Amino acid sequence: MAKAFVLEPGVRAGPSGGMGAAVIDAASLETRELNDRLRELMLSGARRVQISNVCGQRYIGTRLYTPERLKMEIEVLGTAGNDLAAFLSGHKITVHGNAQDGVGNTMDSGEVIVRGRAGDVLGFSMRGGEIYIRDGCGYRAALHMKEYQGKRPVLVVGGGCQDFLGEYMAGGVVIVLDLEGEIHDASFIGTGMHGGVIYLRGTVEGSQVGDQVDISPAEEADMEVLEVYVSRFLERFPEVETTKEEILASPFTRLTPRSKRPYGGLYAY
Amino acid sequence: MHRKRRSRRELYNKEICACSIFGAMNREGGRFTGEGVMKAIASMRVRGNGLGGGFAAYGIYPDHRDLYAFHLMFTGSTDPARRAAKKELEAHLSRKFDVYFDEEIPTDDSVFVRDPPLLWRYFVLPRKEGDDAATADEDYIVGEIMAVNTRIENAYVFSSGKNMGCFKGVGYPEEIGEYFMLDRLYRAHTWTVHGRFPTNTQAWWGGAHPFGLLDTTVVHNGEVSSYGTNRWYLEMYGYACTLQTDTEVIAYAADLLMRRQRLPIDVVAKILAPPIWNAIDRMDEKEKKLLTTLRMAYGPLLMNGPFAVIIGETGRMIGLTDRIRLRPLTAATKGEMFYISSEEASIRLISPKLDRVWTPKGGEPVIGEIKSMNRMKRVC
Repeated sequence: MAKAFVLEPGVRAGPSGGMGAAVIDAASLETRELNDRLRELMLSGARRVQISNVCGQRYIGTRLYTPERLKMEIEVLGTAGNDLAAFLSGHKITVHGNAQDGVGNTMDSGEVIVRGRAGDVLGFSMRGGEIYIRDGCGYRAALHMKEYQGKRPVLVVGGGCQDFLGEYMAGGVVIVLDLEGEIHDASFIGTGMHGGVIYLRGTVEGSQVGDQVDISPAEEADMEVLEVYVSRFLERFPEVETTKEEILASPFTRLTPRSKRPYGGLYAY
Repeated sequence: MHRKRRSRRELYNKEICACSIFGAMNREGGRFTGEGVMKAIASMRVRGNGLGGGFAAYGIYPDHRDLYAFHLMFTGSTDPARRAAKKELEAHLSRKFDVYFDEEIPTDDSVFVRDPPLLWRYFVLPRKEGDDAATADEDYIVGEIMAVNTRIENAYVFSSGKNMGCFKGVGYPEEIGEYFMLDRLYRAHTWTVHGRFPTNTQAWWGGAHPFGLLDTTVVHNGEVSSYGTNRWYLEMYGYACTLQTDTEVIAYAADLLMRRQRLPIDVVAKILAPPIWNAIDRMDEKEKKLLTTLRMAYGPLLMNGPFAVIIGETGRMIGLTDRIRLRPLTAATKGEMFYISSEEASIRLISPKLDRVWTPKGGEPVIGEIKSMNRMKRVC
């Protein structure tokens, strides 16, 4: 059974120079064991952890809330399982590989970076923090993403998104860069949307978007927001061969809800 | 003598499950053991609950490639009951088929499984006499399977194709794989696998996936909430649902549409998981007419509810989800290999480097084919 241990400085470095990072070999670890190790490491003072051989273990980063708000940087090597960073509380997780369904489920704060693609329900019910996906994602990204007072989650996807992007979205910012140059062929975008904003590089047809959504070109204030997050996206993925100027030179479409209560009349007598 | 048909009241009507499904195919036709797919499905153990697992393997009986391989389970609660069912089945079989070879399906009894039935396989060809002489072999076989499954107490044909076989039971799929020694005894060019999480019906050996008829098999994650409608429709075409699990209707629908009516898979997908009406409204006239006609003609075969399935056939493996993708399915390729799975990690476990990984669109089939084999099939 693999054991978590703290490496002597200089013994082994992770992909981004993990000097002194604690290392967990997840090859034979179950989900619960892996998350137990992470929590033990956090409580024993580790601030950087590298998990190798991840293959489908779920909920990575979930049980790491402490009243003192301890924070760790977690590097995941392999394929992260479902609900990566669910309820994440202030930590930073970088996945060197793909992620599956439910990344950032009800995430509270912190940051998730995926150097690959994500599956369905990315950012589901996310209520704070930032998620950056280098490539594309599956169905229902930002499903019921929300915001409250100072908390405003941000989701940036480098590739394309599939159907039901922003379904029942209640807050936050979603940016889809579509860098692979695919035309947005998703349908039901923003169905039931009643808060937040979605920015799509390029354009969409009215028929691809839910009835509750206004489609307009991004304005100057929007471009300022986009500039900030496109810069952050490119900082996180230097391997993406394009520049901020190039990305921002394309037209962006803004999707916003027409009403904060699209179904307000539905159950009214 | 045939016993009376089982009472409908004994049959449960539906199940919900959060199962795992996995499929691997060598598109060049190269055969491999079940070891890899057992490892892959075991990695999704949390998706099942140990109450059902099963495999479909294509290309495993090359020495009997021209004979139909019937896999039977005899499920009585005592050994004499199982033997009696076997005796009755064999009497029936010898009247209707030429049996070339039969044997007990080898199992590793050191692997613990709960209440294993007596498992036997028969390699047969139909013996059609009298009015049956004009019936196509495959229709004859389907009719006989329905007769066995509805009339012979405790006997179920759970696999009936040529050069392929299903292996299934109550347990985690990797345990079922070990029980049948799939990593040692069989080499297939296509494997599909299922780990079950039944919630609406009790677990029993016949209720495990895959469900198959001739060489078409289905493994399924989801719930067919249209089960009642689908079932009545299929009964009109002679399909009897006896296995107490909703997935059975998908297998029979696939047989009806793909084998009997020879519809291409793209059309079949539009019948099982049709686009919604306002998407149809936006299509051009020709497409609109086709899809409206399909919805009219095949409305009762629409599979409502969330699902992801892998349909296996000789030389073809098809992944399909419901129109709005309420169950997960990931597809991938690596060289000649084609994979479909509930989760990407299980594919990476046995093939860390992949050429392409993607999330298939809801309602649109992803298809892997063994080219040489399909050409042969079309010509026949």
